[in-house]
Amino acid sequence: MATVELSFTALPAHVRTARLVATAVARRSGVDESLLDEVRLAVGEACSRAVEGHQLFCPAEPVRLALTDLVGRFQVEVTDTCSPDARWRGGAGGPVGTGITGSVPAGLGIAVIESLADDVQINETSAGTSIRMSWPSAGATS
Amino acid sequence: MDLKLDHHTKDGIEIVDVEGEIDVYTAPRLRELLIELVNSRFYQLVVNMEKVEFLDSTGLGVLVGGLKRVRAHDGSLDLVCTQERILKIFRITGLTKVFGIHDTVDDAIAARRAEK
Repeated sequence: MATVELSFTALPAHVRTARLVATAVARRSGVDESLLDEVRLAVGEACSRAVEGHQLFCPAEPVRLALTDLVGRFQVEVTDTCSPDARWRGGAGGPVGTGITGSVPAGLGIAVIESLADDVQINETSAGTSIRMSWPSAGATS
Repeated sequence: MDLKLDHHTKDGIEIVDVEGEIDVYTAPRLRELLIELVNSRFYQLVVNMEKVEFLDSTGLGVLVGGLKRVRAHDGSLDLVCTQERILKIFRITGLTKVFGIHDTVDDAIAARRAEK
């Protein structure tokens, strides 16, 4: 079970909240201060991507964020429920100049995530896409 | 913190002061301002990001879009930024080679003047 789970309406305004929660839980889980900016940015990228996909294909469905304090690792998983037909890579991957993200080149968001977290797994299924990423942590503080 | 935008002219160059967070929620406002400035025939722009607290790929997309628009008029869009956490995303994406990134607004203006 995740340490903290968050599910939010697919609106851009809520991405900031997701970033703030993820950063707070990462800090409490013992992620080094020097890595918190990376957690914040990577979670923001993953959530932005999911929100854009939901707005295009399934606006009524929530985006899910799971934050888990593992032994020595802090893990984040962002899950969207876009159908396989909507297989795109989000702000990160739609045609340039479309959607919320404007001129973001294809794959940029995913590329940013992969450069920020040293362990990234992208799992695409018929139910949607999940991006799982993790950072080293010192374990939860009391 | 939300996004605060302001702009003023200095030495014939339009300075855009940005404060706060540029993300999927706020970036459209910056995009609208850049479009408005280009439509008002301001083609030499400096975006001052010294008070930006967060920038993601959505924000990068808006800046790249602004650069494309001013270049269509032989203009320029330079950035002012010294914050490592903001500069990092420019390095990750290779955009340090696309934008002129300067330490101060005066440096950005001087660099632009030197190219003329």
